[in-house]
Amino acid sequence: MIEISIEKELLGSLGKMDLCVDLQIEKQSFVALSGQSGSGKTTLLRILAGLEKAKGRISVDQEVWLDQNVYRVPQKRGIGFVFQDYALFPNMSVLENLLFVKKDKVLAEQLLEMTELGELAHRKPATLSGGQKQRVSLCRAMMNRPKLLLMDEPLSALDPSMRTKLQHEILSLHKAFETTTIMVSHDPSEMYKLSSRVVVLSQGKIVQDGDAKSVLLRTQGSQKFSFEGELLDIVKVDVIYVAIVAIGQQIVEVVLDEGEAQNLRAGDTVNIGTKAFAPILHKK
Amino acid sequence: MFEILATMPLTPFVISFKLAGITTAILLFCSTFIAWYLSQSRSRFKPVFESITALPIVLPPSVIGFYILILLSHNSPLGAFMKEVFGIKMVFNFTGLIIASCIYSLPFMVQPLQSGFEALPKNMLEASYIAGKSKLSTLFRVALPNIKPSMMTAVVITFAHTVGEFGVVLMVGGSIPNQTKTASVAIYEMVEIMNYQGAHIYSGIMVLISFCVLLLVYIFNRKQNSHLGGLS
Repeated sequence: MIEISIEKELLGSLGKMDLCVDLQIEKQSFVALSGQSGSGKTTLLRILAGLEKAKGRISVDQEVWLDQNVYRVPQKRGIGFVFQDYALFPNMSVLENLLFVKKDKVLAEQLLEMTELGELAHRKPATLSGGQKQRVSLCRAMMNRPKLLLMDEPLSALDPSMRTKLQHEILSLHKAFETTTIMVSHDPSEMYKLSSRVVVLSQGKIVQDGDAKSVLLRTQGSQKFSFEGELLDIVKVDVIYVAIVAIGQQIVEVVLDEGEAQNLRAGDTVNIGTKAFAPILHKK
Repeated sequence: MFEILATMPLTPFVISFKLAGITTAILLFCSTFIAWYLSQSRSRFKPVFESITALPIVLPPSVIGFYILILLSHNSPLGAFMKEVFGIKMVFNFTGLIIASCIYSLPFMVQPLQSGFEALPKNMLEASYIAGKSKLSTLFRVALPNIKPSMMTAVVITFAHTVGEFGVVLMVGGSIPNQTKTASVAIYEMVEIMNYQGAHIYSGIMVLISFCVLLLVYIFNRKQNSHLGGLS
């Protein structure tokens, strides 16, 4: 059980802001941490790692990591941390990067096999692709068999197919090593696939906390489906108006009447939903 | 040409390069810690420490030489202590020259190392701390191996700067043949007595050696950069 109750004043993009988080995390659970940029996700992760100080209390399995009199340094927390930009040591080979954490060659080789990196063991990080680097970083984080694994947007710099592959690897490592994992993510499908719980931060406070389905599903009442998108443009075609909306990586058209069109401006965040018809799902 | 060369004493060069070598070795050791501290420090006194280490760049060599003479002479508490306890005289000899050079060349070692450390990604050092490694272990196993080009630059500039030192050497060392008369001082004295041929030869040797050293550094740095492929 991880108990977090911390407070820290941050200087965000919107001026001063108080990060104020109370959280209890069950052992071996997988928590996704979401929220807009500047909401304090990364800072919370760094406070848990001991890389930043804060007021309050953190205890992990009855061991106090932080309170008024205690501050356990990152070296003594025995955690794993995966950075968004990999943070590998360029002067060491893949295997040396792993052995740097702990001289346990058997474990290192097992991890490299699990992530299909066995053949790259003696390569330097500079010669690897982004996906390979992040896998090395993941393996390195597992080398001291961490009780707590922290990941700061580990997959956001990777292309979609590589993401899917790594999501499976993250999940299998999480299960094999029985770690408690906290991952910062922006990708709903990723959070749904991996996490048992999603916590959403806004302006330093927890605004949503629940299982992935209840937090991530956006439909309300009798809505069959609903998407959030950005209104790009409104075009007048004869007597009707057509709104162009970007949803994720796709652009769709929605017909509007004049009254609706007058209330909307390009750049607005909108919800698109439907009630009357059942959506049709085709296999591509 | 070769006959003239053979008859000219080369001791000033030996002294110059011996002085530069020893000074560089001492400074490389000390400055690594100073630069590491400065690069990692968030203390509000950091600008004060940075200013002190950078002072020798700005001060005229005569000012540094003057203060070092005062500090090390047998009339000063430090000079008197060293003479009485260890029997070491610290001015107008080679020991004095080394101490003076270490002070004079300090910023040329500290600054390239410090900017090398500062350019390292913060995450990389944090990854090492999280892996359980102390700051000292991180310095030697992660930080230093990844700033080789900066180290090379620091070593060469310090070495070259010490070889080229003139004012401080003259003031603290005097110009004692075979002891403290370095190449730069020897050239100055030759010009004074209008021995232009000697000055030409000495100066020519200095230009040639300096060029070769710099050339080697640039070739090394080019190889390092293509080898490491940038930090990632």
